[in-house]
Amino acid sequence: MNSTPTDTDPGTGAGLGAETATAALALADDALILSHRLGEWAGHAPELEEDVALANIALDLLGQARILYTLVGDEDELAYLREERAFRNLQLVEQPNGDFAHTIARQLYFSTYQRLLYGRLATGDGPFAALAAKAVKEVDYHQDHAEQWTLRLGDGTAESHERMERACTALWRFTGEMFQPVGDGDGLDGVDRQELAESWLSSVTAVLRRATLTVPEGPRSGAWTAGAGRQGLHTESFGRMLAEMQHLHRSHPGASW
Amino acid sequence: MVTGTGGPTALESELRALAGSVPDPELPVVTLEELGVLRAVHVSGPGRVEVELTPTYTGCPAIETMSTDIERVLHENGIPDVSVVTVLSPAWSTDDISAEGRRKLAEFGIAPPRPHSTDGPVPLTLAIRCPHCGSTDTELLSRFSSTACKALRRCSACREPFDHFKEL
Repeated sequence: MNSTPTDTDPGTGAGLGAETATAALALADDALILSHRLGEWAGHAPELEEDVALANIALDLLGQARILYTLVGDEDELAYLREERAFRNLQLVEQPNGDFAHTIARQLYFSTYQRLLYGRLATGDGPFAALAAKAVKEVDYHQDHAEQWTLRLGDGTAESHERMERACTALWRFTGEMFQPVGDGDGLDGVDRQELAESWLSSVTAVLRRATLTVPEGPRSGAWTAGAGRQGLHTESFGRMLAEMQHLHRSHPGASW
Repeated sequence: MVTGTGGPTALESELRALAGSVPDPELPVVTLEELGVLRAVHVSGPGRVEVELTPTYTGCPAIETMSTDIERVLHENGIPDVSVVTVLSPAWSTDDISAEGRRKLAEFGIAPPRPHSTDGPVPLTLAIRCPHCGSTDTELLSRFSSTACKALRRCSACREPFDHFKEL
């Protein structure tokens, strides 16, 4: 992320309203943090093809993050020099990779949300339309990747089924946050959250059922659930992840290779 | 950006041909023109040219090399001031790869992307042909291959693995 990529579409670079900037930052943080988590699999995935697949998904997300950060300010400063409480990402994306099933459950939940959200943003003419129209085609592949693995693990061996079930249940409480407002106002071009949440639930439910998995029943919002990532509150492991992600840039400002 | 022009001038067409002849950094058998990522070349003043480039994938790391290569080629041809801007809209599609580009990809051992179905209720699903032996009996190994734009497949006839430029 050393050099600035290039300019984005004319007309999107300056003059963003505060609400739009808040939304851009939230979406960018989601993409960057999940990208970093997926990058942690490099060299550790169950098979070589999966190493490559997760790295490619991470790269797509990193590309989204860079374009979104450029709408807000300097991408390197935003990624490497903000403290934990300044990040606005969902708590879902910062969750540790866990076993492979946890990573796939996280991918299923997040890529389904992103596909639906970007699909809606792409149809508008707001500041996110151009990026969303482009990224949604890539996210289709991410969602398909997560879905195929969910089916394979859920409807696989007794061991893989149990692990997948455990992972889907463990991350369930992080899924309600995706449909909460990203800031005080509505910077997301008036996307209907309620309708988005319903589409998400029916899409994820269909995949889990086909995978012979139980749809988790726990609460997705309210007490004992996640939901403060958009306000800058994060879970314990996020600080450690951030320390690793930012360490090089903070120790060697402006380093490049 | 020049306004009020009807179409590219002779100079712009000439510069576009130069910029378009730059090979893709990751798939050097095809040019940027054949890949369909070169959107426009505008002469915005004496010795000053603006080039519009669109990325294949949002995170494609090759775009910076493409920009540098275009700048170099135009500098070498007497344009001192070159700026390459990235445009996202309309989003690039594999349908933007030219027929010649597809032919070169196949010759290079990469199965070209299938065209998107235009309309009609029953889209025709075309098999992906092995670029080595020509068999249509091939299977998907991974949706993601050496780069984000390719999938990894294997031919069931000749057993060779190969890359497929997947549809986007």
